Amino acid sequence: MRLIGQIAVNVFKESVRDKVLYNLVAFAVLLIAVSYLLGQLTAGQDMKIIKDLGLAAIASFGRLIAVFIGIGLVWKEVERRSIYSLLSKPIQRYEFILGKYAGLALTLFVNVAVMTLAFYAVLAYLNTQYPESVQVTWSAPATDPGMLRAILLIFLELLLITAVALFFSTFSSPFLSAALTLGLWVIGHFNDDLRSFDAVVESPVAAYFARGLYYLLPNFGAFDIKAQVVYALPVPWQYVVTTTMYGCVYIALLLTGAVAIFSRRDFK
Amino acid sequence: MSVRGAVLFIVLLAGVVGLQAVHEDNGGRPASTTANMLYVRSPDAMKRLALSYDSLLADLYWVRAIQHYGTTRLATDPETQFDLLYPLLDLTTALDPHFTVAYYFGSLFLAEPPPGGPGRPEEAIALLEKGLEALPDRWELAQSIGFVHYWWLQDYEEAAAWFTRASEFDNAPIWMAPLAAVTLAEGGSRESSRLLWSEIAQGVDDEWFRNEAARRLRQLDAMDYIDGLTEVVGAFEQQAGQTPSGWDEMWRAGYLPGVPVDPAGTPYGLESGVVGLGPGSPLSPLPTGPAHLQ
Repeated sequence: MRLIGQIAVNVFKESVRDKVLYNLVAFAVLLIAVSYLLGQLTAGQDMKIIKDLGLAAIASFGRLIAVFIGIGLVWKEVERRSIYSLLSKPIQRYEFILGKYAGLALTLFVNVAVMTLAFYAVLAYLNTQYPESVQVTWSAPATDPGMLRAILLIFLELLLITAVALFFSTFSSPFLSAALTLGLWVIGHFNDDLRSFDAVVESPVAAYFARGLYYLLPNFGAFDIKAQVVYALPVPWQYVVTTTMYGCVYIALLLTGAVAIFSRRDFK
Repeated sequence: MSVRGAVLFIVLLAGVVGLQAVHEDNGGRPASTTANMLYVRSPDAMKRLALSYDSLLADLYWVRAIQHYGTTRLATDPETQFDLLYPLLDLTTALDPHFTVAYYFGSLFLAEPPPGGPGRPEEAIALLEKGLEALPDRWELAQSIGFVHYWWLQDYEEAAAWFTRASEFDNAPIWMAPLAAVTLAEGGSRESSRLLWSEIAQGVDDEWFRNEAARRLRQLDAMDYIDGLTEVVGAFEQQAGQTPSGWDEMWRAGYLPGVPVDPAGTPYGLESGVVGLGPGSPLSPLPTGPAHLQ
């Protein structure tokens, strides 16, 4: 456990050295600039649009980090040949994989946490710029804490993407890993179509196959409740808990697969 | 960076800025016919393509709809149409079915007759009905459908039916049922129109809608005043045996205490004995519907 922690801290430090956290500046600039410009363009919908944009930006920046750092976690060590010196030390291969994963998860956590703080700060400032007569027309208060539920699920989605990227990176090139991860993320948003595939095809085999994929492929669409929280629509805690459990189990499954594949790899 | 490098950087930067200015002076990109292009028109396809960015894309389409409406409205080219307005609003509301403002504003934009809008009340109703399907507890959407029937289609029976339906919602205001009754009894009268706009002005949260309702009420006041002035002009003509050359002549003859101004502060127009809004009045044009606002 101690070793996993040390590897994780090293991954985090490396991401800081690689200036990954610079995206936080980009996020802040984007949000402030857009907040300033939107009032002229949106016919009174600026608060809703800033919320949409802020949540989408948190997810997008996180996805870029999760995919493009996730695919290099193992590959970089192999490419630099530092894997040989690492594995010659008393480190188990599963500790290496879990440590790498935990490090990127820590980087993502810091990113999401800082972006969330900046997001709420911008919303709190904007809230002071509107009279009460306008505020009452909003479907939810500017700094509605209910949005944290969406951010929690965004973070879980990022952890799942990282696990997917890490899984693919244990046996394929970075380019292929990125393509597979992004492909799976896209397919993961079509789960509803897979479920109702029997409505568009006649072949029962194809319908069963699609149904099987529906259960097997990661349902990324389930993590997206941004629209609901922006309108303060009810999102039961039961849904959040079930989705969190689904994400955690899927991550565990992918990490188990990644460890199994990595343990069998021959680096001689 | 060396001094030479810095100088080169500055020269190149100046070159970029200068060339951009030349580009601007030359009128930008060559004219193309793709300005009004909408690559994806199918809401179902766009919902799938949006992945998890539905709301953000809805916002973008909403901004585009406003810009399309605004630029088309201000365009001087008579060929310019509001072709993309409904598809843009359809995409906006498909991607974000809770985007209530898109239904309300969108229906106003669509129903407004030329030159201010495309004059397509049927599309306005279709958009509002789509909204009512997505948000079945919104009495305001039913009221808006009734409003389009009342104001733009002059179908008072249908309008009253929608107002009645709106009044049956649990959270509907108490004035909705009387509005339905008045519409059925006196549909198209200036007084019933005044009642409708007054209730809208008091009932809505949005400032734009409140201002629009206030403007419509001022238009109705102006129409009352124009009727009064027309009578005075008629009296002058009977007495003088000729049409007045202008307000000054009537004022000097003692028919008016001064130059009459509309509720927005612009003097009324008087040409060949016909009274109307003066040029440049913000109340212009006066409503063409309902047709018999007597």
